[in-house]
Amino acid sequence: MQTSPHANILDDLRTVLGDRARDGDFELGLYGKDGSVLQGQASIVCLPVATAEVRQIVEICRKHDRPFLARGSGTGLAGGAVPVGDPVIIATAKMNQIIEVDLENRIAWVEPGVLNLDLTKELTPRGFHFAPDPSSQQVCSIGGNVANNSGGPHCLAYGVTSAHVAAIEVVLPDGSVTVLGDLSAEPPGYDLRGLFVGSEGTMGVATKVAVRLTPNPPAIRTLLLDFPDVRDGAATVSAIIAAGLIPAALEMMDKRAIEIVEAFVNAGYPTEADAVLLVELDGLPGGVEHGVEVVRSVAERHQVGNIRIAADNEERELLWKGRKNAFGAVARIKPDYYLHDTVVPRGKLVEVLDKVYKIADAYDLIAVNVFHAGDGNLHPILAYDSGEKGVLERVHAAGRAIITASIEAGGVLSGEHGIGLEKRDYMGMLFSAHDMATQDMVREAFDPQGFANPLKVLPSGSRCSDSFGQHVPDGAWV
Amino acid sequence: MSSLHAVPEEVHKFSAEVGTSDPITVVGGRTQWNVGGTPDGSAREVTAPSGIWSHEPEEMTVRCGAGTTLRELSEQLAQHGQMVPFDMPPNATVGGALSVGRSGIRRLRYGHMRDLVLQIRHIDCNGKIVTSGGPTVKNVSGYDLCRLMVGSLGKLGCLAEVILRCLPKPQATRWLTGVIDPFEVYARLYRPSSILWNGEQVWVCLEGVSSDVEAEAALLDLTEVEGPPPLPSDGRFSVEPKALRNLSVDDTNWIAEIGVGIVHSDRPSKAQKISKTNESLMRELERRLDPNGRLNPGRQVVPL
Repeated sequence: MQTSPHANILDDLRTVLGDRARDGDFELGLYGKDGSVLQGQASIVCLPVATAEVRQIVEICRKHDRPFLARGSGTGLAGGAVPVGDPVIIATAKMNQIIEVDLENRIAWVEPGVLNLDLTKELTPRGFHFAPDPSSQQVCSIGGNVANNSGGPHCLAYGVTSAHVAAIEVVLPDGSVTVLGDLSAEPPGYDLRGLFVGSEGTMGVATKVAVRLTPNPPAIRTLLLDFPDVRDGAATVSAIIAAGLIPAALEMMDKRAIEIVEAFVNAGYPTEADAVLLVELDGLPGGVEHGVEVVRSVAERHQVGNIRIAADNEERELLWKGRKNAFGAVARIKPDYYLHDTVVPRGKLVEVLDKVYKIADAYDLIAVNVFHAGDGNLHPILAYDSGEKGVLERVHAAGRAIITASIEAGGVLSGEHGIGLEKRDYMGMLFSAHDMATQDMVREAFDPQGFANPLKVLPSGSRCSDSFGQHVPDGAWV
Repeated sequence: MSSLHAVPEEVHKFSAEVGTSDPITVVGGRTQWNVGGTPDGSAREVTAPSGIWSHEPEEMTVRCGAGTTLRELSEQLAQHGQMVPFDMPPNATVGGALSVGRSGIRRLRYGHMRDLVLQIRHIDCNGKIVTSGGPTVKNVSGYDLCRLMVGSLGKLGCLAEVILRCLPKPQATRWLTGVIDPFEVYARLYRPSSILWNGEQVWVCLEGVSSDVEAEAALLDLTEVEGPPPLPSDGRFSVEPKALRNLSVDDTNWIAEIGVGIVHSDRPSKAQKISKTNESLMRELERRLDPNGRLNPGRQVVPL
C-alpha cells in the first residue's frame, strides 16, 4: 500500500530510522511550533541518533523533492523552527552526547542536541564553562545556539556563540558531510564556520560542534542596585560603560518586572524601586573590586537607592534566579506574553524605553521590561490574554511599532533571537533590496534549491528559490 | 531609518571609483601585500576612504572608512582610554587588516579580530554598496556576511566602511620572560593576553588592573622585559593549540602563540589543506559574488 507521496517518503525514512520516523498526532502537534506564537504544520518527524542518519534523511528528502527543517529544543522565539512548506522535521534531541572534552585545546566536541546548561554543568568541576548563556539555557540546545548565534547575559563581556564555536560538522543540503572551521587558529579559506553560525538552519544541519571552553573566573561579585527612576538606571548603564568598565553582565528590570519576579521567587528584590540593575563583575580579584568601586561611584552620581552585594554563591544564585525566571513570572499577570528582542545604542535606552511604554499604552497592553541593558538589547514583554478578542492584532501592531522605534533610534531588528519567520518581512527596514539579494546569493552557495528550512530569514520576494510554497501560518507578522 | 544607518558620501564615491567592469586592486598600507599571492600588477589600483566618521566612547563603538590607518584609529581611541587590539604596524589600514584577517599577538585574551566587527559596508563586483551587520554591539539581523568578509582578501567585495567594537585599554601591561614550560604558564594564569614560545624561552603578556598583574606575575619566576620579541615574518601557519607541544626546534627560527596555535617562522609555510567539499562551497561563493574575478586578481584565499 504505497500510494501517497507521504507514505512513500515515510517508508523510506523508516527503512533507515525504524520507529524514529514518526507521523503520530503527538509528535506532529509538538513539532508544529516553537517558542514563538507562530503555528506551522508538521507531517513527518525524524529523530536521528547519528550523522550518518541525518545524511540519509537529507538524501531521502532530496529523492522525494521534500525540504527539511532541523531543530533543537524549539525554544526559539522568532519562529525559526516553525515548519512551513511542509518540511521533514529533523529533531536533534537524541543526538545529545558530549563526545569529547579536550581540556588541553580548551574545546569540547558535542552533538547538537546537548543542552546548554548540561554542557556547562559537565565542565564546571573541571574549571571551565560554555560562555553563551541564554535565559532558556536549562532547555535550549547547542545546535539551536549555533543556528541562532545565541547570546545571554554574559555575552556582554564574553561575546556571542560565534566567538565560542571553533568548528562544526555539517550535513549540507546536498547530503554531503563536511567540517566547517577547525581547531587551528587560522583555518585556510573563507570563514564558512562564521557564516554558518546564525544561519538559522538554512545552510545545512549541524551534527557535531566544537565549542570553546572559557575558564571559570577566580572571583565574582554580583550587585543589585535599585533606582527611584528607570531613567537613572538606564543612565547608569551608559555611564558604567563610558567609565571603561565592561561587566560580565549588566541586566535591567523595570518596576513591573521587579514586582512580578519578587512575588514569584522571593529573592528580596526591592518592590518599591522603579528599576533595578543586576551587575556581575568577574575575573581576577583586583579587577573585580575595582569594578565594584566604579559601579558604586557611577550609581551614586545617578540617585541609586540601595546597593546590595551578594554575600555568597547562594545569594548570587538567588539574584540570578529572579532575572532568569522573569519570563515565566509574567504568567502571574496575564496568561500569555510576546517577548520582543531589539537592540539600540546604549545611549538611546531611556528614549526607546519611554516609547515602549507609550506604545503599550496606545495598544492597551501591559509592557514588562527585563533586558540585557549592557549591550542595549531590549526585551519588552507584552503580556496579554489570548482569550480577548482581537488581542493578537494589537500585540503584533505594538511589536511592529517597537521595532520601528528601535530602528529609528539607530538599532537593529534582533539581538539574539534571530529573524526566522517572525521578522523576515521586516528585514527591509534595515537592509536594502540589494543587501538582501546579496545575502541570498551567499545562502544559495550552500543550498541553491532551498531545501534547508525554507521560507526563513529573508522576505519571500528576495529569495530566488522558494520552491516549497509561500504559505505563511496564522499569527505570522506578514 | 536613523542617521546611524545612512550611507556616508565617501562610500558612494568609493563605489563609483570601484566601478563596474575592469579588474581592480584595493590598496591599503601594503603591510601584508603578498599574503595569498602577489596582486596582479595590471589591475587598476583603488583606495578605500579613510577617516574616523564617528566614535562614541560611551557606546564603545567606532565607525571609520576602511582606508583609515591603525595609527589614526588608535590615536582617536586612546584619547578615551579605548583600543581595538589589532597589534599591527601603524601604517596598516583597518580594511587591509580585516581583509587579510590575521589577528595580532594578544588574540589569546581578546579573541579573533573578526569578533570585533559589528558592521561592514563593501562595494561588490558591480560597484554596488552592500551593508551587512549593524551598528549595535549585539545583532543577529540577517546572514553574518561580516564574518565571511574578514580574511577574504577582498575577493568577495571591497571593504569601504566598518563599525568596530572598542575595548577599554588595560590599566597595566607587563611583558615577562624566562625559561619555563609554556603549557604550565597557560594552565596557571587566568586569561593572560599572550604567551609566546620559541622552543626554549617564554614571553608572557599580563594585562589588567595593577594589583592583578602583580599577583599573576608573582606566580611565575620570570623577568620583566620591554615587550615581545621580534616575530619571524616569512612564514605563518596554525595548528591546534595542543599540537604545539610536538613542534621540535630545528634550524628554523620560530615563535609560537601558546593557547592559540599560530606559529611565526622564518621559512615560508605550505598552505593548509582545504577539503574538496569546502573548496567547492568557497568556489561557489566566489562565482556568485564575483563571477568575472575582477576583485583583487592575483591573490587567492583558496589556492588554485
